[in-house]
Amino acid sequence: MTKPTNKELDCSTAKMLKAGVTMAAVVVFAGGLLLLRHPFIGIPGYSHFHPVDRSLRSIAGITYAALHLDPRAIVQFGLMLLIATPVARVIFCLYGFIRQQDKLYIVISSLVLIILLYSLSKGAH
Amino acid sequence: MSVILFTSLLFGTSILAGLLGALTGLGGGVVIVPVLALLFKVDIRYAIGASLVSVIATSSGAAVAYVREGLSNIRIGMFLEVATTLGALLGAYLTARMSSHWIAIVFGIVLLYSAFASLHGRKQEPLATEASPLAEKLKLTGCYPDPTGEKRYFAQRIPLGFGIMFGAGTLSGLLGIGSGAVKVLAMDHAMKLPFKVSTTTSNFMIGVTAAASAGIYLARGYIDPMIAMPVMLGVLAGAVLGTRILVKVNTATLKTIFGLVIIVLGFEMIYSGWSGRI
Repeated sequence: MTKPTNKELDCSTAKMLKAGVTMAAVVVFAGGLLLLRHPFIGIPGYSHFHPVDRSLRSIAGITYAALHLDPRAIVQFGLMLLIATPVARVIFCLYGFIRQQDKLYIVISSLVLIILLYSLSKGAH
Repeated sequence: MSVILFTSLLFGTSILAGLLGALTGLGGGVVIVPVLALLFKVDIRYAIGASLVSVIATSSGAAVAYVREGLSNIRIGMFLEVATTLGALLGAYLTARMSSHWIAIVFGIVLLYSAFASLHGRKQEPLATEASPLAEKLKLTGCYPDPTGEKRYFAQRIPLGFGIMFGAGTLSGLLGIGSGAVKVLAMDHAMKLPFKVSTTTSNFMIGVTAAASAGIYLARGYIDPMIAMPVMLGVLAGAVLGTRILVKVNTATLKTIFGLVIIVLGFEMIYSGWSGRI
């Protein structure tokens, strides 16, 4: 196993970021088209805050509803892919530091990953 | 208003916000939130939720271009992300605790600061010639290409930079913006990093910082698909277009005009929050 240079570490993340954002945009767009199936119905009021439906607030709920082709859940699923992209980047960097055997930065990037997973776990159920 | 009209108006506005954000380097979030809140009369929490996801999209999209230049410093970025993500968690909790009036007022102040920083321009601080023991230990050093050849740089005043980054993360989580202006402040002035390194590293960090509050936003129901869909797609399209034409337009005039627009939006947000209209 050869140690990757910092430059190689950079470039492999660029491809991953591009793929993540493109995939998310395509899914959100597809959900958007389905959302606009009935283009002339009125929008619900947004001037006062009511949290969105419970099923659109959790990873499990969104995935379940998206598999049943609920247009709003498909959009949320695309947004979840988008949120996952930076998380994947941190995992990618962590892997790079492991390959470089940089103990200090293995710890630092693990810490960032834990903070991100903690936030996502709030939306898990 | 019909769904199609609402979506089209939001999409169009978001393209413009993304375009201006990319051309001036301020990001789309600082425009889209006040426009949604003031013009579309959308509750500020929905606006913040939609803005935050568009911030992730543009920062990851722009990072692709930056990364190719190889200027962003992954170690400096990762180290400071500890501060920004912790701040982002705090910010996301504060959003639920603070009234929308106060959020609007803080937003207005950040807008005024961003406009000031953009109009004032950046002055390159003299680079340090040697690393402090802490910078050496944390490997917060690097090289960047210069007309005179490769130049080494060393991060200075690391605790101060780390502290400002925590603040930048808090603002990002509270307001749903990238808070690039504050991140650049920490790296330019506190840590005395070269311009290009702080710009690209800041952009690299914005997505990770935003992701740290996005999970909490999602769980709290701030991210509404009807609003987030046109905003995310619009801002992303605008930002992609913006980076394409960036080389062809005179950004100095544009920066001044956009800066003045931001100042107006900033005062309007403070006034609206103060008088209880937001």
